[in-house]
Amino acid sequence: MLRVRDLAVARGGRTVLEGVSFDVNPGEALILRGANGIGKTTLLRTLAGLQDPVAGDITFPEDEGAYASHADAVKTALSVTENLTFWADIYGNPVPDMIWDAFDIADLRDRSAGTLSAGQKRRLGLARLGVIGRKVLFLDEPTVSLDGFSVRLFTNFIRTEHLAKGGVAVIATHIDLGLSAPTLELDTYAASDRPARSSSDEAFL
Amino acid sequence: MIPLLRRDLMLATRAGGGFGLALVFFLIVIVLVPFGVGPETDILSRIAPGILWVAALLAALLSLDRIFALDHEDGTLTLIATAPVPLETVAVAKSLVHWITTGLPLTIAAPFLGVLLQLDPAGFAAVAGSLLLGTPALSVIGTFGAALTVGVRRGGLLLSLLVLPLYVPTLIFGAEVARRGVAELELTTPLLMLAGITAGAVALLPFATAAVLRMNLR
Repeated sequence: MLRVRDLAVARGGRTVLEGVSFDVNPGEALILRGANGIGKTTLLRTLAGLQDPVAGDITFPEDEGAYASHADAVKTALSVTENLTFWADIYGNPVPDMIWDAFDIADLRDRSAGTLSAGQKRRLGLARLGVIGRKVLFLDEPTVSLDGFSVRLFTNFIRTEHLAKGGVAVIATHIDLGLSAPTLELDTYAASDRPARSSSDEAFL
Repeated sequence: MIPLLRRDLMLATRAGGGFGLALVFFLIVIVLVPFGVGPETDILSRIAPGILWVAALLAALLSLDRIFALDHEDGTLTLIATAPVPLETVAVAKSLVHWITTGLPLTIAAPFLGVLLQLDPAGFAAVAGSLLLGTPALSVIGTFGAALTVGVRRGGLLLSLLVLPLYVPTLIFGAEVARRGVAELELTTPLLMLAGITAGAVALLPFATAAVLRMNLR
């Protein structure tokens, strides 16, 4: 479902990863690992289409990709329900009932998102993934500020609500999510330290 | 577009949303002018259309940096960019919300505040009409400026410096319509020019805004 060939990605004009190739079949996840600054976020942003790749191909069904960054994208002035309804409306979906229990936010429904704790906000941010109904998820450190219980909730959601329904997920994480999924070590794809475009000017001067 | 519009209007009217901020600023500027200029009624009534326009322009400027900055800070903008809504539509929705929360209230309030400046009642319609026609351009141009400075820390000042020169044509023809309206002169030419500027800005700038957003989100 997701096919990546010889992908090279750049950040700030420097190629950080090159030669990245992998396939993810429906119902499978892929865990990205690598040292800080190796380019996990850059890779995920490129996959999600937020920036152009330096080289290589990314193929997945059109209009099926979705991205989740470190940030929660929660509006503190709105209530929990209003936050989720907004994303559901943008994607033209109803808010599914299972979402409240899946992320344990049923009791928070009418609370203003500004009064939530960091972990609760994170759960609300992740619940967005359940209302947008996209098949290919690119998740950047989804478990930041979650406790063990919430991490299990999240893993459970990804396994039963997403992967079991034929979805695909690429997840950058430092912790063990407990998903049975292959791991891609990005350290092996680190690009030799050189600018994305020719540095001849600098060398010449 | 409708969900975005609804959410942004909801955010604007909630605590800290800044709805009414522009209007209060407008009111304060208009109240301050007679203190600065002095109580001579004929001077005040002569400069009233221009003062109302300059004050409206500054008031519109006040809330520009919030247009994209808040969504950028909490990560919403990145997610909206990957959502099935074209960024052009996002730009239109943002401009429209900015106009509803600033341009529209200013247009309605201007004739009433004109009384403080001894504005001739004959000019009420022209002042309100010129603002109604001109403020959409202010919002659309401002949205473009906000997109340009979206990733810049404390970009508010830079935004003002970028946007104010772009406001000049709107100000010239808007104030001219208002001035001629008050003096009961023929106002077709500046009115058409003002309408042309607004129509051009509304038609073209959302595309520029979207292109700039794409660049800044990269």
